[in-house]
Amino acid sequence: MEKSFTLRVLKSLNRKSWLALGLFLAVTLVVVPVLHLLVPPESAFHVSAYAITLFGKIMCYAIVAVAMDLIWGYGGILSLGHGLFFALGGYAFGMYLMRQIGRDGSYQSDLPDFMVFLDWKKLPWYWSGSDSLWWVAFLVIVVPAIVAFIFGYFAFRSRIKGVYFSIITQALTYAAMLLFFRNETGFGGNNGFTDFKRILGYSITSPDMRLVLFGLTALMLAATLVFARWLVTSKFGRVLTAIRDAESRVMFIGYNPLWYKLFAWVISAILCGIAGALYVPQVGIINPSEMSPANSIEIAIWVAVGGRGTLIGPVIGASVVNLAKSWFTVSFPEYWLFFLGLLFILVTLLLPHGLVGLWKTLRQSRGPRT
Amino acid sequence: MTKLFTLFLLCTCCLSAHAALDPAQVLQLANEDSSVKVAAIQKMTEAADSDAARVLKAMADGQLFLSANKVVVIDGDKAFDASTGEPIKMPSNPDSITVNNRIRGELANALAALSLFDKDVGVRLASAQELQTRVSPDLVPVLARALAKETDNAVKALLKMAHAQANLGNADPAARLAAVRVLSGSSSPNIRSALLPLTDKAKEPDNKVRYGAISAVKAIDGRLELTENLARVFSGLSLGSILLLAALGLAITYGVMGVINMAHGELLMVGAYSAYAVQSIFRNYFPNAIDWYLPAAIPVAFFAAALVGVVMERTVIRWLYGRALETLLATWGLSLVLIQAARIVFGAQNVEVSNPSWMSGGIELMPNLLLPWNRLVIIGFALFVLLLVWVLMNKTRLGMFVRAVTQNRAMAGCVGVPTSRIDTMAFGLGAGIAGLGGLALSQISNVGPDMGQGYIVDSFMVVVVGGVGQLAGAVWAALGLGIFTKLLEGWAGAVIAKIAVLVFIIVFIQKRPQGIFALKGRVIE
Amino acid sequence: MREFLRKVVGIDPEKCAPEYRVGYPGKQRMLDLSHNVILYLDDISVSFDGFKALNKLTMAIDAGELRCIIGPNGAGKTTMMDVITGKTRPDSGTAFFGQSIDLTRLSEPEIAHAGVGRKFQKPTIFQQHSVFENLELAMKTDKRVRRSLLARLRDEERDRVADTLRQIRLDTEAERPAGLLSHGQKQWLEIGMLLVQEPQLLLLDEPVAGMTDDETMRTAELFVSLAGQHSLVVVEHDMAFIKELGGLVTVLHEGSVLAEGDLDTVQNDERVIEVYLGR
Repeated sequence: MEKSFTLRVLKSLNRKSWLALGLFLAVTLVVVPVLHLLVPPESAFHVSAYAITLFGKIMCYAIVAVAMDLIWGYGGILSLGHGLFFALGGYAFGMYLMRQIGRDGSYQSDLPDFMVFLDWKKLPWYWSGSDSLWWVAFLVIVVPAIVAFIFGYFAFRSRIKGVYFSIITQALTYAAMLLFFRNETGFGGNNGFTDFKRILGYSITSPDMRLVLFGLTALMLAATLVFARWLVTSKFGRVLTAIRDAESRVMFIGYNPLWYKLFAWVISAILCGIAGALYVPQVGIINPSEMSPANSIEIAIWVAVGGRGTLIGPVIGASVVNLAKSWFTVSFPEYWLFFLGLLFILVTLLLPHGLVGLWKTLRQSRGPRT
Repeated sequence: MTKLFTLFLLCTCCLSAHAALDPAQVLQLANEDSSVKVAAIQKMTEAADSDAARVLKAMADGQLFLSANKVVVIDGDKAFDASTGEPIKMPSNPDSITVNNRIRGELANALAALSLFDKDVGVRLASAQELQTRVSPDLVPVLARALAKETDNAVKALLKMAHAQANLGNADPAARLAAVRVLSGSSSPNIRSALLPLTDKAKEPDNKVRYGAISAVKAIDGRLELTENLARVFSGLSLGSILLLAALGLAITYGVMGVINMAHGELLMVGAYSAYAVQSIFRNYFPNAIDWYLPAAIPVAFFAAALVGVVMERTVIRWLYGRALETLLATWGLSLVLIQAARIVFGAQNVEVSNPSWMSGGIELMPNLLLPWNRLVIIGFALFVLLLVWVLMNKTRLGMFVRAVTQNRAMAGCVGVPTSRIDTMAFGLGAGIAGLGGLALSQISNVGPDMGQGYIVDSFMVVVVGGVGQLAGAVWAALGLGIFTKLLEGWAGAVIAKIAVLVFIIVFIQKRPQGIFALKGRVIE
Repeated sequence: MREFLRKVVGIDPEKCAPEYRVGYPGKQRMLDLSHNVILYLDDISVSFDGFKALNKLTMAIDAGELRCIIGPNGAGKTTMMDVITGKTRPDSGTAFFGQSIDLTRLSEPEIAHAGVGRKFQKPTIFQQHSVFENLELAMKTDKRVRRSLLARLRDEERDRVADTLRQIRLDTEAERPAGLLSHGQKQWLEIGMLLVQEPQLLLLDEPVAGMTDDETMRTAELFVSLAGQHSLVVVEHDMAFIKELGGLVTVLHEGSVLAEGDLDTVQNDERVIEVYLGR
């Protein structure tokens, strides 16, 4: 059983894909560290800290985009609340990072600064254990999963679909954002968590730590892609797409769509949570605006730009849009929203299958038809 | 102290037999010690004659000066002796008499008490009202006298309250008890706080009075709660009318046409900025008619938003009919473009749109229950827009066509309805209604590029809860959500209330996915 | 507690017994056919906003029977199928499958799992999947999530799909996306999906609409061959097809049974003629 399972995971990707994945890992785990640490900053081949943080961030977004694609591209369920799961993972890991500051905060207290500011005398119960990396890693996975399970169970059981579902997920993340904005909620209110110092006692700003986080993110992205590929090529994946195309038929041949959707939904939320946890130490801040409806809907456009229903599409989409964003916000900050808005409009009108679909059409029209 | 004593000696020396007021007493008004001043004011109040009123009034107006140990009134270029009221020569360099806040309060109190004897009922009423908020025990005799003389019932009722309040500090338990009984009929929070010390065993030794005070506080609490709840219901109605205005346009574009328009909030914004633009034009060209900019802005807001809506429909939305999720994303893109456009045209900061003067103030329904005009006008406006939509959809040819197209597009096309033009017009209509909603919003909330974002979730909630395609449902949902929110806010705070409402809606949609007024029917696959 | 579970969480404690679980063929409850009746609709009423779609409908289908249902538009044929398959909950009445299973208390997948298969009026198949995958998904097997993650087709299942493909004459189209099939082929594919599902009772809503005469006749042959092993309820307008099927005909009108008998009897019934031709 074990052997055949491994074999099937291996076989779910073709040789070319494995090669590409290997190349990706070689670049991120070997070439980038060498170029960052060993090549002097004056050299044209030096990879700057800025570039590493930027690409680390984009890989986190790519994981989110793949997670979104699982539920939207394959399951036909458009979530406008995935930012919530991302932020929950981020906040969970942020708790650990806040505890690692120790007494180095501005109030030199054992408590995080914002709690001292609120005149709290001890940690709230839900912060207990947050000084343990393992417990927090557990929370990163379990908290988004539980929230997704409870919400998804009720929503899917009532057969809320399509736009209704999208709007409700938007309301969900909006409500959560309001909740986290409150100081009394115990997650730093408006300002969220920032000024992180260490992970496991090592400085968070050191080049080594930066490369470790970058490498971990790359590994996670690769693992997400392999896992997602295996999932969508399994029978589960076929049932999921069948639900997307004709849900009533799926029901009448004896599958309960509730559990299929719920499984995909929770998996998707967990992936988002992990991405959020990897994101926070790299950018050094997490606050409630991560949960704003605008952020969540942007995830959808990454997937749409790349091409939904494919796995490489979301990765491409997340990279292209976020590179454009960091270029725009530096060069023409006032035109970024125009660009993003037009991207939404043009992609939905002209590129329903995204860049991957465009490439496929171009290749088909050029090459001889088979 | 020595100085005071000298002053006192001097005063007694210059005592004049003819003076209506005791000059020594008047001179105390110029004393440097505030407590002495207060004592003098109170003494003069008890005398309750017109001369005292004259001097105290002058003091309150800052016309009282000290010159050569004599208190004088200086009004412009004339000077009078304070105690006699006779004109005197302008003194060379008079010292002004300081009136600090404590004195000012005391003066107002005294003047109010003194004007209780005015001939004019209006003046008496005003001063009796003034005495409701703070009244010192020293006024008991004055109030008693005024009460005995008073003929007007309204003034009398107010005086009774003031007298009772002043009597709460009476040394005689029977007088206190009587006062407490009178006050238990009140519904003012001030009187409640005046009664509160009497419920404390340490401060009120007499059991009877204390029990009386406790039950009086309870009675007042009951009445206060009633007004508070009424106020909440009113602000709920007001919020509901705003939600309704925000959602009515959506009831057409989403409810009837089935288009998910995430840029709906930005159409509200277009309406609000139209109000701003019209206001600016009036400020610059017709400053005299500035109060009437709002009616003039109604058609502007409607057509500006409708135009934006028509352009949106023609360029984007029409290519996406039947693809709800794609429409959602594309219109989100449109909303981003509109927000950025507003930032570039009007700036990123909020702009100032002011209420016309006829919309300020309000109706005081009960004490502590003020219904502001701007809220009332918006409720009325919401009803007007609702009626407009109802008439348009049910009584006009356009409405009939819209309903025909949405029910059976192909058939409507066959019988000669120009379906694509109807789509455009219906969408423009929904957008125009949203513009009217934005116009109303500009009167009560900030007008800025991001203002629409806050309403999009709420508007969808109203339409979804009310049931798609149901005008009546939207009305009930808007009012229900408005009142529900405000009542929750009363005991849970705004943020928790908002979260609770969102959670409630999520649960509600579970139970009734088709909304309140759902049409049941065979589900078409 | 029971009420809470049922109302709020949506779990019916009485339905937690293993035989009610979806996709659990090992422990499927044996259908109790002791009275030789596979489906018994008793006094079922459904109304939509005052319109009575079904009005005290009472009807029984014997095990192994092939029953045709006819009736003018709005007679309640599709609503009746919706009630049997759990899509619409009746306002009153019960629908018993065998002697012991009340269909009005089960969800769609539970009903499908209990052994009721349904073909829709408009062919609903998985357009993006290949013909083979369509049949693979429909095949009778454990349909829970955790099985689907690791499921692999066994050889006998592969053979079963291949047999069905030949039976519905789509063996040459096995790898094509189902969305590219012709309308008639889609109808056949949907019937094929019903067959691999191995239901005891098949509900077929206008199965030959859009088929050529030749295809129609072959469908009739197939249905006749299925009767006996399975019970079939066929809703059709095509009288030639019904004639070919033989069996009892039930006429529905305004939500209840107007007449029942073989085709000739029914066709000569005064009231039926009146309903079809108008007064």
